[in-house]
Amino acid sequence: MSSGDGASKKSKKPRYSRFTQQELPACKPILTPALVMASFISLGITFIPIGVSHLSASEQVVEIREQYDEICVPSNYTNPTTAHQERIRFIQDSRTDKTCTRTLTAPHKMKPPIFVYYQLDDFYQNHRRYVKSRSDKQYRKPRSETEYGDCDPESTFNNMPIVPCGLIAWSLFNDTYRISVNDIAIPINKKDIAWKSDKTHKFGSDVFPKNFQNSDLVGGAKLNESIPLSEQEDLLVWMRTAALPTFRKLYGRIETEIEARDRITVVIQNNYNTYSFRGKKNLVLSTTTWIGGKNPFLGQMYIIVGGLCLFLAIAFIIVYLIKPRPLGDPSYLSWNKNPPAH
Amino acid sequence: MSGSTRRGIHFSRLYSFSCFRSNFRDEHSQIGQKGYSRIVYCNDPDNPEQVMLRYRSNYVSTTKYTAVNFIPKSLFEQFRRVANIYFLVVACVSFSPLAPYTAYSILAPLVAVIGATMAKEAVEDWRRRKQDVEANNRKVKVYDKNHTFKETRWKKLRVGDLVKVYKDEYFPADLLLLSSSYEDGICYVETTNLDGETNLKVKHSLDITSPLHDVNAFHQFKAVIKCEDPNEDLYSFIGTLSYEGQQYPLSLQQILVRDSKLRNTEFIYGVVVFTGHDTKVMQNSTDPPSKRSKIERRMDKIIYVLFSMLILVAFVGSFFFGINTKKDNENGKLKRWYLRPDDPTIFYDPKRSELAAFFHFLTALMLYGYLIPISLYVSIELVKVLQSIFINHDQDMYYEETDKPARARTSNLNEELGQVDTILSDKTGTLTCNSMEFVKCSIAGVAYGRGVTEVEKALAKRKGDISDNMQRSGDDDVDLGRSVKGFNFKDERIMSGRWVYEPQSEMIQKFFRVLALCHTAIPEVNEETGEIAYEAESPDEAAFVIAARELGFEFFERSQTSISLHELDHESGRKIDRSYTLLHVLEFSSARKRMSVIVRNVENQLMLLCKGADSVMFEKLSKDARNYEAITRDHIKKYSEAGLRTLVVAYRELSEEEFKSWEEEFLKAQTSVSGDRDSLVDEAADKIEKDLILLGATAVEDKLQKGVPECIAKLAKAGIKIWVITGDKMETAINIGYACSLLREDMKQIVITLDSQEINELEKHGDKEAVSKASSASITNQIREGKSQLTSSKGSSISFGLIIDGKSLSFALSKDMEDSFLDLAISCTSVICCRSTPKQKALVTRLVKKGTGKTTLAIGDGANDVGMLQEADIGVGISGVEGMQAAMSSDFAIAQFRFLERLLLVHGHWCYRRISMMICYFFYKNIAFGFTLFWFEAHASFSGQSAYNDWYMSFYNVFFTSLPVIALGVFDQDVSARHCLKYPILYQEGLHNILFSWPRILGWIFNGIISSMIIFFFTTNSILLQAFRKDGHVVDFEVLGVMMYTCVVWTVNCQMALSINYFTWIQHFFIWGSIAFWYAFLVMYGAVSPTVSTTAYRVLVEACAPSPFYWFGTALVVVSTLLPYFLYRAFQTEFRPMIHDVIQKRLGRAKMMDCGKDELSDGDLLVGR
Repeated sequence: MSSGDGASKKSKKPRYSRFTQQELPACKPILTPALVMASFISLGITFIPIGVSHLSASEQVVEIREQYDEICVPSNYTNPTTAHQERIRFIQDSRTDKTCTRTLTAPHKMKPPIFVYYQLDDFYQNHRRYVKSRSDKQYRKPRSETEYGDCDPESTFNNMPIVPCGLIAWSLFNDTYRISVNDIAIPINKKDIAWKSDKTHKFGSDVFPKNFQNSDLVGGAKLNESIPLSEQEDLLVWMRTAALPTFRKLYGRIETEIEARDRITVVIQNNYNTYSFRGKKNLVLSTTTWIGGKNPFLGQMYIIVGGLCLFLAIAFIIVYLIKPRPLGDPSYLSWNKNPPAH
Repeated sequence: MSGSTRRGIHFSRLYSFSCFRSNFRDEHSQIGQKGYSRIVYCNDPDNPEQVMLRYRSNYVSTTKYTAVNFIPKSLFEQFRRVANIYFLVVACVSFSPLAPYTAYSILAPLVAVIGATMAKEAVEDWRRRKQDVEANNRKVKVYDKNHTFKETRWKKLRVGDLVKVYKDEYFPADLLLLSSSYEDGICYVETTNLDGETNLKVKHSLDITSPLHDVNAFHQFKAVIKCEDPNEDLYSFIGTLSYEGQQYPLSLQQILVRDSKLRNTEFIYGVVVFTGHDTKVMQNSTDPPSKRSKIERRMDKIIYVLFSMLILVAFVGSFFFGINTKKDNENGKLKRWYLRPDDPTIFYDPKRSELAAFFHFLTALMLYGYLIPISLYVSIELVKVLQSIFINHDQDMYYEETDKPARARTSNLNEELGQVDTILSDKTGTLTCNSMEFVKCSIAGVAYGRGVTEVEKALAKRKGDISDNMQRSGDDDVDLGRSVKGFNFKDERIMSGRWVYEPQSEMIQKFFRVLALCHTAIPEVNEETGEIAYEAESPDEAAFVIAARELGFEFFERSQTSISLHELDHESGRKIDRSYTLLHVLEFSSARKRMSVIVRNVENQLMLLCKGADSVMFEKLSKDARNYEAITRDHIKKYSEAGLRTLVVAYRELSEEEFKSWEEEFLKAQTSVSGDRDSLVDEAADKIEKDLILLGATAVEDKLQKGVPECIAKLAKAGIKIWVITGDKMETAINIGYACSLLREDMKQIVITLDSQEINELEKHGDKEAVSKASSASITNQIREGKSQLTSSKGSSISFGLIIDGKSLSFALSKDMEDSFLDLAISCTSVICCRSTPKQKALVTRLVKKGTGKTTLAIGDGANDVGMLQEADIGVGISGVEGMQAAMSSDFAIAQFRFLERLLLVHGHWCYRRISMMICYFFYKNIAFGFTLFWFEAHASFSGQSAYNDWYMSFYNVFFTSLPVIALGVFDQDVSARHCLKYPILYQEGLHNILFSWPRILGWIFNGIISSMIIFFFTTNSILLQAFRKDGHVVDFEVLGVMMYTCVVWTVNCQMALSINYFTWIQHFFIWGSIAFWYAFLVMYGAVSPTVSTTAYRVLVEACAPSPFYWFGTALVVVSTLLPYFLYRAFQTEFRPMIHDVIQKRLGRAKMMDCGKDELSDGDLLVGR
């Protein structure tokens, strides 16, 4: 190379490199039947065991779910429309006693920690107006309490800032549960149900609720004004908006074991209005395994996709055997047979 | 410097130049009127009146932008694209509360995209500016106030300045020639930059100014030029010079045009008439027509499809949003009370839900904007520039001899190279070298010259017999050591002075004397070596002079009145100098088709020496000197069959009286002032060019370029049709057709010509109307016949070649006939148009382009091809002998015809494949992404909330998915360059536009929708309610966004990995790097303060990464999403393979490829190491 440099300096001859000549070493995978079958088979072989392990993990989870929205509201009507109206009236009336007791039976032994969830239906926490109606700045620093962001119409009360502002906080879920197993009251641990980052960073430990739920139109739960936002874990959980209109949120944890066939009594304070939009309310008790809660979908899909791959591999082999094509059959180069339409 | 080899030749005395003598013509009366108002005070640029006129300075700028207008102008250019306007509107609206995202996250990608394109424009413009600066700062000597010539920069020149230009310098402006180093004020000019013609042109100053020579003379020199206003006509100039109280007419003969070059003249003096942008050259520079490729035009259509899809989707969303919103507050009953429908903003007002729906529609247009790939245009431009760089750097398209690499002069058309259906090619200089070589001659009925031409070789091959004679002479080629450019003549009978012993030696002597004397070439003696080179008007002429030199008639000096030769003496066999007095030159013109000189030799004999085309020369022969006519005709026929250009050589002796009387008449004709002077002169010349004695004929070969036949055969195999459009004679054209395997023995020829007796006779009568009527009828007939031949042979494998001459072409191109002509032409395998004019070339090109609607490529090398190059979809210029004109107006410039093979079959194929895959993929990735938003909307009551964090989305097109697709566009190759050339059939994919057909595009769009569905429904179904971690946390809005987005990034990048054929480390780096970057981005973005990162705060580190569910879920979704495409590809390659699949497999089997998977272990079809 170096010897010709003097002459080639003037010359416009392009320099040789594997890059400029587009001759870089490359791997050129070709979809040969063998490769196709091998990938299908290997996919099938890996996916089915994964699916099975997921399914079995999901099977180990014990989950109890109790829908209580209709049962916990007395209705004298059978006509659905009028019953609906009555339920709304009931839930909006602050004087009625909303206590409701449900009894459940544990189907299997439940090992702690047993997670207590509430599950709402048709609640659009992902609505744009709702999602945006918060002010992260306000929640972090006490001096930012007038930074309302998109909190309207829940940003001020009598020109005083509402802390925490916004529709999300205002509509905080306010049903409560008390649980006893075989008539022995069990505490529900509500510590550490929120994400750690919420407690330490998103919500300030020196920001206290102010003017919250003071207006006539009360949305949901009230907050204890002497506890900083970062400690109000129910609020923190609620503020992490759900992705879809049906969602569960963590209520607390039970740290005692529940045996199979144990009688679980739940005393529900049924305060939250889901009746206006005909949303259901559920109480869920669930254990977890390494994949989380009871969730057969993923395992099933793994098995289905894996099985499909195996099936395709077999189908491919069969078709290949019935209609074998020599590799690179030039008879397929007959282009003019079916010229594409223009 | 002053050692001029040619002292003051008064060419003006000779006929050939005297016709330039200026006369006042009608046009001169217009001076001073509109259009002819320019006034130049010569040598007095500071004259207040001159200054008052405020003519433009000589500063030249060819840049598109200036520093001031760059921003507004380039922005305007950018927003001429529909998609960009859309994004601009979106960016503006995004500052209103309508926006679903934060304004900056919308603005950022737009700014990045527009900024990148503008940067590209700026760089290109900067290059032009650098050229301008170079030109503006060239030095020239200007006569200044101190009466000396001082160096100044070009840009400082003013109108009226007096300048001195030296040999081989460019003229800095349009100048009026005052005087030159020659006494009579002539100078030679090379106009290659203007018209591509390489021959020198003579310019001639006014007699009145030609004595102005020394510096002192200029001290007194004052004159005023009145002339036409600046215009772009290179071939006319009208003006007058007032000098010393007299008016003199000025014509183009006195004008030296900017950008042409002074040659063979030591220096000239001139006055600046037009400066800067007023010069003819600058007035002429128009932007070449901007061409867009078919793929890009189709891409625009797809963008419209996507726009309608966007509008439809947005409309559906708004419709449901309106309904949902309306229901929220019916008769004071609040349904979704948590949204406070009793206290809404206008965007969510249930009472005015129609208005809310309308606003939502606007929001949705922004929200689903990801369906329109914002970075598509800029990515494509970037990719194309990189592709062009690869073309420019291809070593296999570099031509050592002229030191010229290939140049992609525009990057717009790379992929169009892969779709060429018809090539329209010039012949001379394109298929051939355009370096004429003297190969044969026939003297006194004896044929000399043993060389074998390419055409002869082809002919012999065609006939199947390569005679011994030919083979032997082929061997001789190798033996001969010294080769002379322009001379390829081998015949021991007359070489090295042995002609003396030939029986007809006297005739041979005369023959070569004619060649040595009858020309207008100028010798240039190299003072060191003593070798003589010639400056000739045409390469043919140079070949003759060289041939004469090689055979012992060395032309070495030309003075104003004489031509001197070193000549081999007939008797003594020694070299002696002989001088001939040059009396008249009767110039060549295309009408006369001959040229003559009248000379007096040392023996005081008067001779007329003449050479010309056979068609005119045989008529001029003397009745009783036709001894060799028949046999010479025969030789000429053989020569032209061998693809040679022939000329007939003849002479006659003149008696003094005859000459005297003729000269008188001739001079009278010359000095006549009437309009038909030219025809009078021709007539006079005709009178002496008669009763000639035939000496013989010459044959000059224009050699086929190296590799042309092979290249044409390859291109034909690739399914490309090749038309040759040439100015040559039909026989020559047909033979060249054979030589370059355009025509084959097994082809049937359809010849369309007007060379029939009937028409010739009509022409003789001169009745133009009758001629055109008859011609038209005859052409119609011939076309019909041709068609019936075609239909009758349908089904058989006979292919046809169509040959048509220029005259017929002009009729065939008429409105009512062009369709049927085209019909006939496109069903023929090859088409040759001969005797065609530059305009016809362009017309034929347009006919093919418009008529077939397919891609045409024109290739040519001369100024006469420019029209054709600009008309065609792609213009390829040969940067060859005939100047750079064609190369300058082309889209791609290559040095040799054979490089076309690589340009089309390799680069064209690759670029087509890359660009079409790239565009399809672009749509895929944006649809796959955009539709996940829509599905999410459907689950968020169409409120316009996006599932992802704003910045994830902004970076989608810029960081997470852009680099792999650019790598695809720049590097991907289905098979290597070698195999592209080996299997030209691959080219058919582009020809039939397989890879960018609507089914394929819609297929990709469909695939995108499927992918988005699988991603969304699998993700949401698998994490609907339950805890996704062992610690009981459930999936919220943030986690779902991250999970879906992760799936999208993985899917889109893996889809890329699946669909490309070529993995270098670059592809690996970009594809896996993009995925890795997504995670890195999540970590980094999640680490900044939650007020900035909002929903992305620590989402990966805290929430997703510790959950096995997240990883398994991603794996499942990605695999399931890719499965449909993989399945399709697997079955398609196996059971309905495309051409590249077949070839890839064949290669794979042959080589047992480089990159297999070791786990495969069944069968012998195995792909393994």
